[in-house]
Amino acid sequence: MSYTGAETWAIIVLLGIGTFLIRFSFLGMIGDRALPEWVLRHLRYTPVAVLPGLVAPLVLWPEATGGDPDAPRLAAAAVTVALGVGTKNVLVSICGGAGTLYLVQYLTG
Amino acid sequence: MSTPTKSAYWQGLRDGAPFILVVTPFAMLFGVSASEAGLPLAEVMSFSFLVIAGAAQFAALQMMTENAPVLVVLATALAVNLRMAMYSAALTPHLGHAPLWKRAVMAYFIVDQTYALSTLRYEREPALSLSARVAYFAGTASPVCLPWYAATWVGAEVGARIPPEFALDFALPITFLAMIAPMLRTAAHVAAALTSILLALGLAFLPYNMGLMTAALAALIVGAQVELWQTRRRARAS
Repeated sequence: MSYTGAETWAIIVLLGIGTFLIRFSFLGMIGDRALPEWVLRHLRYTPVAVLPGLVAPLVLWPEATGGDPDAPRLAAAAVTVALGVGTKNVLVSICGGAGTLYLVQYLTG
Repeated sequence: MSTPTKSAYWQGLRDGAPFILVVTPFAMLFGVSASEAGLPLAEVMSFSFLVIAGAAQFAALQMMTENAPVLVVLATALAVNLRMAMYSAALTPHLGHAPLWKRAVMAYFIVDQTYALSTLRYEREPALSLSARVAYFAGTASPVCLPWYAATWVGAEVGARIPPEFALDFALPITFLAMIAPMLRTAAHVAAALTSILLALGLAFLPYNMGLMTAALAALIVGAQVELWQTRRRARAS
């Protein structure tokens, strides 16, 4: 990370303000007006549109290995997703993924 | 507080309590990851106090470790939070007549869990008075949001002491994956996720992390379109 102190604070404070304005939008300012159906339809997909793209390069090209794909991380990612889809339980998937990472690291390392 | 109001608060607290088990480790993980990434304690805590949104905090942190430009960090994390406009709109018919300061405080505490629990309750019990609704919301926010700060602090304190062989670099991706997997409820969600992955990987060469922004925008449209097709097909079939 190579931000100046001011840049780091700018990120934190502006992100705080921006997030509050999103939360306050209808409840505080726009009021009781129905959102157009097409807006709702797009808003529904915002997390699932951003997060997978964010995580994919981290799984395939981890910085810790200099960007080369490695077995423990790929296995951990696969187990996390499988557990998440199967159980819908975030904690179970995190623990399963972390366990797989350490296990495969131990077996191959 | 009158008796029904008080009991609405306690009801909300009870309904929100199980989420302590989800929120606490999650916030600790943020504290650990943020201090591992080199953020000082004051910055880590300010993140959790000012933003109070797990996925967006993790997204911002990840973009920061990649040294993305400030505007790109903000755009990515705010995009993750855009869904909260939908929550805000959904809560307005139930809470819109509360005084402005109460609406502002409640807005700050709108997160996935408080939104989900409250709208469920309001729809099940339309006769609930405004003060009882506000109290119920406060009740859900107490166990869901308050542990967030404390657990972030614990994580930040602990994180600085964990040795590097524990491969904590991967804590963040695992957390993201665990968050994403339960979201893949419909074909439209799966299509959006796949579009996001393929385009983000394919466009990774673009400067300023613009590849992710482009991928996210395309994925949003794909998700909405697939939903539209499915709704139309179902309408024709019935």
